[in-house]
Amino acid sequence: MRRVGPFILERRRAPSRAVVIGVSVLAVLAALLIMAIIFAGYGVNPWHAYATIGKSTLGSRYGLMEILRRTIPLLLCGVGLVIAFRAQFWNIGAEGQLLAGAVAATGVALYSGIPGPWLLPAMFGAGFLAGAVWGIIPAFLKVKLRVNDVITTLMMNYIMIYIVDWLIHGPWKGPTMRGFAYTDIFPKAAWLPTLPLSRVHWPTLVIGVAAAILAALILNRTRLGYEIRVVGESEGAARYAGINFLRVSLAVMILSGGLAGLAGVGEVAGIHHRLLSPTQVSMGYGYTAIIVAWLARGSPGVAIVTSLFFGLIFAAGDVIKTVLRMPFQVTGVFNGLILFFLIGVEPLMYWRVRLLPKGERWTGKAGSSGS
Amino acid sequence: MLVMRDIVKTFPGVVANDHVSLEVQAGEIHALLGENGAGKTTLMNILYGLYRPDSGEIYVKGKRVHIRSPRDAIAHGIGMVHQHFKLVRPHTVAENVALGLAGTPFWQPARVVERGLKELSERYGLPVDPRARVWQLSAGEQQRVEILKALYRGAEILILDEPTSVLTPQETAELFKVLLHMKQEGHAVIFITHKLSEVMEVADRVTVMRRGKVVGTLPTAETDKGSLARMMVGREVVFRLSKGECRPGEEALVVEDLHALSDRGIPALRGVSFTVRRGEILGIAGVAGNGQRELVEVITGLRRAQRGRIIVLGKDLTNRSARRIADAGVAHIPEERLRMGIVPGMSIEDNLILKKHHRPPFSRGPLLQLRKVHAFAKRVIEEYDIMTPSPRTPAKLLSGGNIQRLILARELSGQPGLVVAAHPTYGLDVGATEQIRQLLIKQRDSGVGVLLVSEDLEEIMALSDRIAVMFRGEIMGIVSASEAKIEEIGLMMAGERRQQEQPS
Repeated sequence: MRRVGPFILERRRAPSRAVVIGVSVLAVLAALLIMAIIFAGYGVNPWHAYATIGKSTLGSRYGLMEILRRTIPLLLCGVGLVIAFRAQFWNIGAEGQLLAGAVAATGVALYSGIPGPWLLPAMFGAGFLAGAVWGIIPAFLKVKLRVNDVITTLMMNYIMIYIVDWLIHGPWKGPTMRGFAYTDIFPKAAWLPTLPLSRVHWPTLVIGVAAAILAALILNRTRLGYEIRVVGESEGAARYAGINFLRVSLAVMILSGGLAGLAGVGEVAGIHHRLLSPTQVSMGYGYTAIIVAWLARGSPGVAIVTSLFFGLIFAAGDVIKTVLRMPFQVTGVFNGLILFFLIGVEPLMYWRVRLLPKGERWTGKAGSSGS
Repeated sequence: MLVMRDIVKTFPGVVANDHVSLEVQAGEIHALLGENGAGKTTLMNILYGLYRPDSGEIYVKGKRVHIRSPRDAIAHGIGMVHQHFKLVRPHTVAENVALGLAGTPFWQPARVVERGLKELSERYGLPVDPRARVWQLSAGEQQRVEILKALYRGAEILILDEPTSVLTPQETAELFKVLLHMKQEGHAVIFITHKLSEVMEVADRVTVMRRGKVVGTLPTAETDKGSLARMMVGREVVFRLSKGECRPGEEALVVEDLHALSDRGIPALRGVSFTVRRGEILGIAGVAGNGQRELVEVITGLRRAQRGRIIVLGKDLTNRSARRIADAGVAHIPEERLRMGIVPGMSIEDNLILKKHHRPPFSRGPLLQLRKVHAFAKRVIEEYDIMTPSPRTPAKLLSGGNIQRLILARELSGQPGLVVAAHPTYGLDVGATEQIRQLLIKQRDSGVGVLLVSEDLEEIMALSDRIAVMFRGEIMGIVSASEAKIEEIGLMMAGERRQQEQPS
């Protein structure tokens, strides 16, 4: 317990759900506030900015569909990251795993010759596998050689980004694309169906929601999930209980990387219908998914909500660019602000702030860090 | 010399010090006696400036003082030797003393200190080589460094927090000589302990604390162990545990010529051999850090053996995985309860199936059988008296005693053949301690082999049927508990090998 002026700070050992939600909302509000200052600095009235964003996203069918479209990759990557974070595996590599999925799907779509109805399932299968492979390499390195997972997963992103660049400039460069760095357009059988008048490739959305439900079941009701939770909560206890770290880490990264891979399949098969520059395929979904997962605080179900929220932010970014004529990168600033505040307010969850009873408020040394 | 008046200190949920007053005079050794959790250490941490009291006053030499940090405490002539030494291990003794000292030269500060240290060493009978590196010193020597550090800073009031817990009986005797010396020099010594015999041996007066309150202060000449114990615990204490006769059966654990390395890569076990039979408790005594931890880890599969064999219930399990060994019927009550014994953030229910979660009845195929888990949790929570609002409560919210009950409930409910218990009652209150000792004896009586590792000699003497003493990774000797003399065990703890080895 500590005293700061007229307040008393008490440590709280297990924050309740209400506290977690309250503090998270507080962080987002703080980020919105700082964003308002940035808008003002750009000469845009913040009220006007937020009103415009609200109208063009939540206020129209097109806007709502754009939110959903952005939600899909965030949800898939986010659910995967929730699983990894539960095991304290700091997978920063969803971006690369997503691109790996996109590459695999492109390979299958353009070069496998698999007949029509089987083509899309094969693409999803290959995408999951490719993402998983990209994910288990850091898992091996972590468990076998104790290489830091943050660094390896992050670096694997760059490797995959350059592989994609090389493919579209080199061997997979589409002959019909007149020198642009794209692959050829996929055959129609490799296009995902979309909701009418939108770019929402709904099969991927269904897979995402199913993945969230399945992940929740795995974490709470299976042996594997139990072991993931033990490893994540206490390495000492996991060792004591004889839990095999390699097996758990591999399983976690197969799921985490695989789901990100599916997101990559969805992007190329549902939206672009070809492989193109990495920044166009993903726009940083794999990184934003880190915040999605962090906000979900270990719950795959909550990731549905948080990915919708960040879907909204991405859609807002489009509005910021097209309607408000500010650079799209402002979305990145916004993402960064939210993550910054989320991490910043974390200690608040573990401290209860109370006002002292009236009589004692100003006794002793007020203002300093207590007496 | 020192007066603490009406000190109150609360932590969330507990009043650690409830209007505590203490008076210590110059030239006296004042024992602060109480069970673990009675508030002794909290009180002394307040005096040393590590905690701030919620209210209360402190007077040193008649003057009101405000102690906000150890620096303030030192300025007022208060020094403290913590239970766990706060020394920089790769540095020399003199460097440790010079660390943080005002007025030392920038260049080679330890030089100046060395001279002063020599003088202090001689005056108080504390022989230490100022140029020795701390990691090379024994626990007793490190403690001397801590005392010298305090004296060098001009401590007139010296607080010692459970100073004997890491010492052999011989080193303890040495320490007491030093304390008497300091007393003659006019210092005040506050001596925190929960061991009655030490109070009677060395202290002039004793203040007994129980549950955050002072029960009373009295001269040791006017009291005896029995009444002190009653004050400390609040009721009559049974000094001897009721224990049936030992009926050893077949071999539960055979350890042959075991060698293993410590975390730092130096040999920690150097040819350890012994046997634990079903229905007996073998106690491993020894000063901390003589290979006990490594022994437990090798037996339970958490550390590799370099050489030797471990045979559990007839099966050779040398260097098998921890899971394999647990599945073979070895229960492990670990030394580090919070770091290893439980998963703090998970529910009591989840914690109760740890190590068993992968087998029926709690698992079928890849799925957990949650209904079976609930039923099991409900049953053992009642059976083992775990005080909790709900089986879903996170384990970290339990008290120390309840955490240990949880671990025992989990480990003992699976009908093990061998129980490896490391410091099972360390830091627990009397009630929990008694209960846990009874549980271990019950296991033994039902034909389980128990390997008990403890630094608490009294516990070893009370529970064990045979006692093995470890020193620097070797067994110095094994004696039957009924014939064991504390002096003999003390000598073995200090590294003297027993003459005639008793066949085990």
